[in-house]
Amino acid sequence: MMACLLEAPLRISVLSEVTATSRHYVDRLFDPDPQNVLQGVIDMKNAVIGNNRQKANLIVLGAVPRLLYLLQQSSSSLELRTECAVVLGSLAMGTENNIKSLVDCHIIPALLQGLLCSDLIFIEACLRCLRTVFISPVTPVQLLYTDPTVIPHLMSLLSRSQHTQEYITQIFAHCCKTPEHQTVLFNHGAIQNIAPLLISPSFKVRMQALKCFSVLAYENAQVSMTLVNVLVDGEQLSQVFVRMMQRDKPIEMQLTAAKCLTYMCRAGAIRTDDNCIVLKTLPCLVRMCSKERLLEERVEGAETLAYLMEPDIELQRIASVTDHLVSMLADYFKYPSSVSAITDIKRLDHDLKHAHELRQAAFKLYASLGSNDEDIRKKITETENMMDRIVSGLSESSIKVRLAAVRCLHSLSRSVQQLRTSFHDHAVWKPLMKLLQNAPDEVLVMASSTLCNLLLEFSPSKEPILESGVIELLCSLTQSDSPALRVNGIWALMNMAFQADQKVKVEIVRALGTEQLFRLLSDPDTNVLMKTLGLLRNLLSTRPHIDQVMSSHGKQIMQAVTLILEGEHSIEVKEQTLCILANIADGNTAKELIMTNDDMLQKIKYYMGHSNVKLQLAATFCISNLIWNEEDGSQERQDKLRDMGFVDILHKLTQASDPNLCDRAKTAMQQYLA
Amino acid sequence: MAELGAGSLLTGDPAFNYQEHELNERLKRLYPAVNEEETPLPRSWSPKDKYSYIGLSQNNLRVHYKGHGKNHKDAASVRAIHPIPAACGIYYFEVKIVSKGRDGYMGIGLSAQGVNMNRLPGWDKHSYGYHGDDGHSFCSSGTGQPYGPTFTTGDVIGCCVNLINNTCFYTKNGQSLGVAFTDLPPNLYPTVGLQTPGEIVDANFGQQPFVFDIEDYMSEWRAKIHSMIARFPIGERLGDWQAVLQNMVSSYLVHHGYCATAMAFASATETMIQEDQTSIKNRQSIQKLVLAGRVGEAIDATQQLYPGLLEHNPNLLFMLKCRQFVEMVNGTDSEVRCFSVRSPKSQDSYLGSPNLSPRHGATNAHLHNTGADSPTCSNGVTPTNKNKSHNKYTGVSSASSSPSSSPSSVNYSESNSTDSTKSQPHSATSNQETSDSEMEIEAEHYSNGVTESSTRIMNGTYKHQEILQADDSSVGNGVADDSCSSRQLCGGNQAATERMIQFGRELQALSEQLCRQYGKNATHKKMLQSLRICPNSLHSCWLWVRPPSACS
Repeated sequence: MMACLLEAPLRISVLSEVTATSRHYVDRLFDPDPQNVLQGVIDMKNAVIGNNRQKANLIVLGAVPRLLYLLQQSSSSLELRTECAVVLGSLAMGTENNIKSLVDCHIIPALLQGLLCSDLIFIEACLRCLRTVFISPVTPVQLLYTDPTVIPHLMSLLSRSQHTQEYITQIFAHCCKTPEHQTVLFNHGAIQNIAPLLISPSFKVRMQALKCFSVLAYENAQVSMTLVNVLVDGEQLSQVFVRMMQRDKPIEMQLTAAKCLTYMCRAGAIRTDDNCIVLKTLPCLVRMCSKERLLEERVEGAETLAYLMEPDIELQRIASVTDHLVSMLADYFKYPSSVSAITDIKRLDHDLKHAHELRQAAFKLYASLGSNDEDIRKKITETENMMDRIVSGLSESSIKVRLAAVRCLHSLSRSVQQLRTSFHDHAVWKPLMKLLQNAPDEVLVMASSTLCNLLLEFSPSKEPILESGVIELLCSLTQSDSPALRVNGIWALMNMAFQADQKVKVEIVRALGTEQLFRLLSDPDTNVLMKTLGLLRNLLSTRPHIDQVMSSHGKQIMQAVTLILEGEHSIEVKEQTLCILANIADGNTAKELIMTNDDMLQKIKYYMGHSNVKLQLAATFCISNLIWNEEDGSQERQDKLRDMGFVDILHKLTQASDPNLCDRAKTAMQQYLA
Repeated sequence: MAELGAGSLLTGDPAFNYQEHELNERLKRLYPAVNEEETPLPRSWSPKDKYSYIGLSQNNLRVHYKGHGKNHKDAASVRAIHPIPAACGIYYFEVKIVSKGRDGYMGIGLSAQGVNMNRLPGWDKHSYGYHGDDGHSFCSSGTGQPYGPTFTTGDVIGCCVNLINNTCFYTKNGQSLGVAFTDLPPNLYPTVGLQTPGEIVDANFGQQPFVFDIEDYMSEWRAKIHSMIARFPIGERLGDWQAVLQNMVSSYLVHHGYCATAMAFASATETMIQEDQTSIKNRQSIQKLVLAGRVGEAIDATQQLYPGLLEHNPNLLFMLKCRQFVEMVNGTDSEVRCFSVRSPKSQDSYLGSPNLSPRHGATNAHLHNTGADSPTCSNGVTPTNKNKSHNKYTGVSSASSSPSSSPSSVNYSESNSTDSTKSQPHSATSNQETSDSEMEIEAEHYSNGVTESSTRIMNGTYKHQEILQADDSSVGNGVADDSCSSRQLCGGNQAATERMIQFGRELQALSEQLCRQYGKNATHKKMLQSLRICPNSLHSCWLWVRPPSACS
């Protein structure tokens, strides 16, 4: 045990400075008379309170192993063991290094062992120390779960006293970080055991219990669904949370209760139009964003609110008019303020520390607000300097801010109007393109998705982006392992190919390579497949383009089309494929690829008689193109197709109930009559 | 008549009694501090205080429009039967839109008694409204500001007046829309206005549960104020409380410049006064200059007596200059006073004393009771400085064919010329009443050329003005308008007006400079907007203020 304190040279140098008094305290722990030892521990307790130097000295001098030894010895008196736990708890209150030293000396198993004792005072001292150790960020959370008997034992201790309740719930609240942790706690009856604590007379207990529920319910449907049915003293849990959000309650309590309800709502346990969400949780979270709140609270409030309304347009609309939220958020970008810089160094430091967090929270909330409603997007872009802020956010050093900024940009890029105006005015594509170089996947997904929108045909940014050599970049995205990146890459290419010049199309085909194109046609992700078909369709538009592409890649394309039509695919995929075929049929020379392929003609015939109208329509469209009168060789094609029985089918389709299909068939029939 | 009938029918109705009971209970719970014997709460719309196009029904809670609704001239409003008592602290009512009618031009808000009812709330002075058709808020102005969403049939709009900080916010279907108005005056009435046929709204003054959780909002303020009181730092030792209370009284007296009382209090309680007596007097004289509207002199005095104070508080200086601008416009400030010769009446009085010289005070004071000494007073405060500036402006004024001889005695007497006889008794009584202020007593002895005399007079006149203003507002809007139209811009003097415009530009420049140094300041912007100072609008402002009588 002594080895651990001498392991680092640093400690030796500290050792030399250690005063004789500190050594004296440690020496007394080794006194043969137990009474002297007890007095020594008590004196040590009084010496270390609030004295970080003394704490460090004692740790360096090896007090911890000795205290742990005394604590664990069954021969020690209960009083001595308790005082040892108290001193250890006091040492843990010091610096993070103290905690590390304590954890290195295996304090956690020793204290957990101590909990098996029956004496409440001793248990409370152990729990208090454990609490302090576990809430430190340097302590590995996993240590709570290594012994499977620990959690059930802690649950059983919840009934012992308000102190055990406070410490245990605080430990749970800090040590529940993963879905596995949630499940362990849930399976050991955390909900039933902790719910009654929400109406404890002690504020601290209520607060920690509430925090437990917020971490338990986060993205956990099982917990959330259970929570809605829990009654506390005859009252529904959601109502208990609503009461905790009352405006005269402490801010911390309001905010945490709002989180609980938010998580329950997102997990589907509470409807988004429930009054407790619309009239209570949402306004509470908006209040948390106000200037009167602390910076930390504003960050948490904005993030939680963004999460709450992300999937629901109605909540977005309500939030957008609540308490001037949109302009209130603009204030998040004003830290550190010019006032704080000159007047108060401490304040400046505080502001600087939170500036990134504030900005990313605001971006997240703007992203969430503007994800569906055009009016809200307009309101956001009209907020003071908003586009400039996004643009500078895209190149900030903090990855969190960059990600949030690009999320915000993505959300706004779903607006045709914004794409045409503010996006172009602020040349957002420039920082966006920069962001796409060597960004982590998370950022890349968002940035490439935004790029897709910027490449839409009506977007004025399309041209400059094309010139910046984006094609290579997008093609490389289609080779990514992440399906989301593949989709975005091919999607962007698809948008780019829409009504594009021959030059661009050729460049896309060249950069992507036919091999990769056909690999994407067999992609396991349907989205990727759909967008690849979309790209093909866009490449195969206008007659000269069709003929050119088909003359160079006709064989592979026909093959791919055959494969898809024969395979097990959704209606949408097959429809898209038939549309490609119809485009091919519109070419001058490309037609022949279909006309000479009887197998393909049979397939078209099959789909004309399919039960799905969309497929019938697409197939009929294809035939209509093949028999179109004014083109060379139309007579031969008409004859051949009549011989194959297409006229009968067309005739039948003129009686179809679907008006579009009926029209299409009639138009086709007219080609024969003319 | 039908309404009365309906009312009497319903009194026997158990449902109505139940509603009445619930209303009483709710009002008692919401506003426990209100004594309804003295200040009754609004419980319905007033059948008397409404425009003729408004119809009331359902115990005067339902409002419908019965005019033509052709244009904004057909707008019609109704006020609640009582104003909102200040003792409410926080007051709230809701209006449900039963039907938006033809165009949904509905305004919900507040107005003072006497505001024209042939208008929507918000269009006039002391009137505030939130309009359904565009969602804008109207703060005593014909042009609205973007505020909230639009509202229409089925929506419930709430209006909350916070009498603690004099703000107002609205709610829509239970959601707070954020602050709409600040700096609200007291004694406002709940008001709704309608403008097109078919518009019907129902009020809820507490008859029904509110959609918005107003009690929750109230509880927040209660908690806020409780914690403010609880956290007020008081020492633990015995006697600390007494010291705090004594300090409170003493600092009040010192702050307001009640010098003698403060001294007496200090000796009685055996405490010390922190501030030097002369400093107290200085402050008081500056305060009086400000209150009298002579802001330019107040600024000079401050700069001389407390060098560096305004330099360190550029925002304060800016606010003072804004005020100075206002005073220039109405002709009170010394920067323009020297130019002005306004009405034939006052001109006469000058002609009567054409030989006046700046240092000559006595006869002047004799002739015009109040205004005479004011220039000498300013000399007393800032002897050298002031003279110079006066001379300068005198030069200008004479160039612009002003017959005024001395820059001094001019304006003050003038702006109050009609009141001069009235104002004297006032100042006299005020002297007796506030006899603890030594300056005012001294003023009796030195009637000219001494600082104190002028401050006394200013003080007296000021009080008088205040009384006049109070009268105006109590008589109502119409009267106030009349008094406005008889007032002239900068005393109607061309040179003074030019100086005023020049000053306005300087002010704008100062604002821009402050903006560069300290960043944007919303308050400044607001101040400037309220003055309408921007280089382009100065002339229009001038024309706007200029009354028709000035053209003749």
